[in-house]
Amino acid sequence: MRVVREIALHVFKESVRDRVPYTLVFFAVLLMATSYLLGQLTAGQEVKIIKDLGLAATSLIGLFIAIFIGIGLVSKEVERRSIYNLLSKPVSRRQVVLGKYLGLVLTLLVNISVMVAALYGVLAYFWFVSDPSVKAGWETPALDPALMVASGLIFVELALITALALVFSTFSSPLLSAALTFGLFIVGHFNADLKRFDQIVASRPVAYLARALYYLLPNLTLFDVKAEVVHGYHVPATAVVSAVGYAAAYIAVLVATSVFIFERRDFK
Amino acid sequence: MPAIRTEALTKDYSTGFWRPRPSRALENLTLEIAPGEIFGFLGPNGAGKTTTLKLLMQLIFPTSGRAEILGRPVGDVGVKRRLGYLPENPYFYDNLTAEELLVYYARVFGHHGSEAARRAGELLDLVGIGGERALQLRKFSKGMLQRIGLAQALLNDPDVVFLDEPMSGLDPLGRRDVRELILRLRERGCTVFFSSHILSDAESLCSRVAILSAGRLIATGTVSELLAFGVGGWELVMTNLAAATVARLGLRIARATEIAEGHYALELPIDAAPDGLLRELTAAGAALVSLNPIRPTLEDVFIKKVGGARERATFHHGAHRDHREKT
Ligand SMILES: Nc1ncnc2c1ncn2[C@@H]1O[C@H](COP(=O)(O)OP(=O)(O)O)[C@@H](O)[C@H]1O
Ligand SMILES: [Mg+2]
Repeated sequence: MRVVREIALHVFKESVRDRVPYTLVFFAVLLMATSYLLGQLTAGQEVKIIKDLGLAATSLIGLFIAIFIGIGLVSKEVERRSIYNLLSKPVSRRQVVLGKYLGLVLTLLVNISVMVAALYGVLAYFWFVSDPSVKAGWETPALDPALMVASGLIFVELALITALALVFSTFSSPLLSAALTFGLFIVGHFNADLKRFDQIVASRPVAYLARALYYLLPNLTLFDVKAEVVHGYHVPATAVVSAVGYAAAYIAVLVATSVFIFERRDFK
Repeated sequence: MPAIRTEALTKDYSTGFWRPRPSRALENLTLEIAPGEIFGFLGPNGAGKTTTLKLLMQLIFPTSGRAEILGRPVGDVGVKRRLGYLPENPYFYDNLTAEELLVYYARVFGHHGSEAARRAGELLDLVGIGGERALQLRKFSKGMLQRIGLAQALLNDPDVVFLDEPMSGLDPLGRRDVRELILRLRERGCTVFFSSHILSDAESLCSRVAILSAGRLIATGTVSELLAFGVGGWELVMTNLAAATVARLGLRIARATEIAEGHYALELPIDAAPDGLLRELTAAGAALVSLNPIRPTLEDVFIKKVGGARERATFHHGAHRDHREKT
């Protein structure tokens, strides 16, 4: 697995050389600026708003990384034909796919970690400067460990999105891959509605189709516990474990599909 | 055991998005290349050279037929350890430096830390871009990328090297460097399979060549075997020769070219003994400048064979085949 590791580290290096660090700087600046403004307003809601904003931004920037960097790095390798050189080395196509995927997941992990650390940093600042009377009004502690659960699940969700992007970029153009991945991200968040479709429509075939799609399409609502965490609701461990298990199974199928396609295609 | 063997290798590309039709890029290629050979794979643009190399590297899969390298089917990861490949117009990662790129590939080959760096440095020096090792590849010219491509192909001291148009994009000095590099590989016993549409490259380097046209193998053999096909003759250059005298020679010469006033280059067919004519012309007051045999170049053979193959193809299959041959 030495080869897989080398390919993965190369992906990470390329993403660092690409634009990923700039998105992080953008995120940090945005967070700092917002917290400064909120500090001026002192509504007693600042910690909640920062958490809301921070998690939403982590998720959104992570999505940006997963889609654009993920698709970019894989399809660029094929379109610009650097894959010719890589595949002439003692490397199998399966190792290329696995290496690319793990490298992208590593990139996500590092970027999300940095963003979460920045979020905790801003929250620590507020905790430090706020009056005990203000702190008493907070629904959740500023440095709530539950934020780790929320951001951990964001990471798992994005690992799944990356696997989707990987499948698409093994056979279609970057633009189409991005559109398809983004489409599935949106659909995945409204997926739960498909389950209730049979209550809305009378037509049986349509209901069956909706039910089939429900099981086939990724159910991304499982990973979204942002609101619960921000408002201090308990997230049961079983929900977390089943979400992670679901993601692992889904990712395994997607990566296997990518390998299957990649092993058979011509690099023209 | 041959170093490279192909058996009726055939490749169809499907072209056209809405109504895909197969278009044949390579037809029934059967070749055998012995270890240590420098094999020139020649043909005009669009002949199918790159297609063949990509089949040998298993970047594409054959429609039918098979190929082996070092006794193993193509694509075998173990055999790839002993191969080198320079693609046509190689491209790498814009954001890496030349050194980082080679270190990456060296690590993929299993070299570690400082050893990978040492190996990368050696190869950059070998291909003559040691001075640019810290430069990002986006800033490389085509010729420099070609050299990087050679460096990565030789990183593992390969036993078999595939070079797709290795001279393209290089200046005359660069071409000389590549020629010397190939000769050094030959001394090491390395098998070199290279494609080219520039024939002089092959003429000075190859032990054997194959000529491909429109996806078909039309000739194969040693350079001297192929040259034996060519038309020979003599070139007689004389000065102080009157135009009227030249005109009187008629069909005894194949061609007369006036180089300067009273100064002619005369081409004699191979069966015409030049001494008789020389005596006649000297008697008429002309003076000899030079007399040389005309050796056919590989280019002559190439033009003759490829031209012939095209005519036959057009004759047999109609003109519709011609759109495939981008020249
Ligand atoms: N990706 C492709 N799709 C369709 N046709 C192709 C493709 N690549 C090459 N061809 C066709 O196959 C033939 C051989 O091409 P190629 O192997 O690149 O020739 P060469 O390297 O000898 O110039 C050409 O007619 C070319 O147009
Ligand atoms: Mg070519």
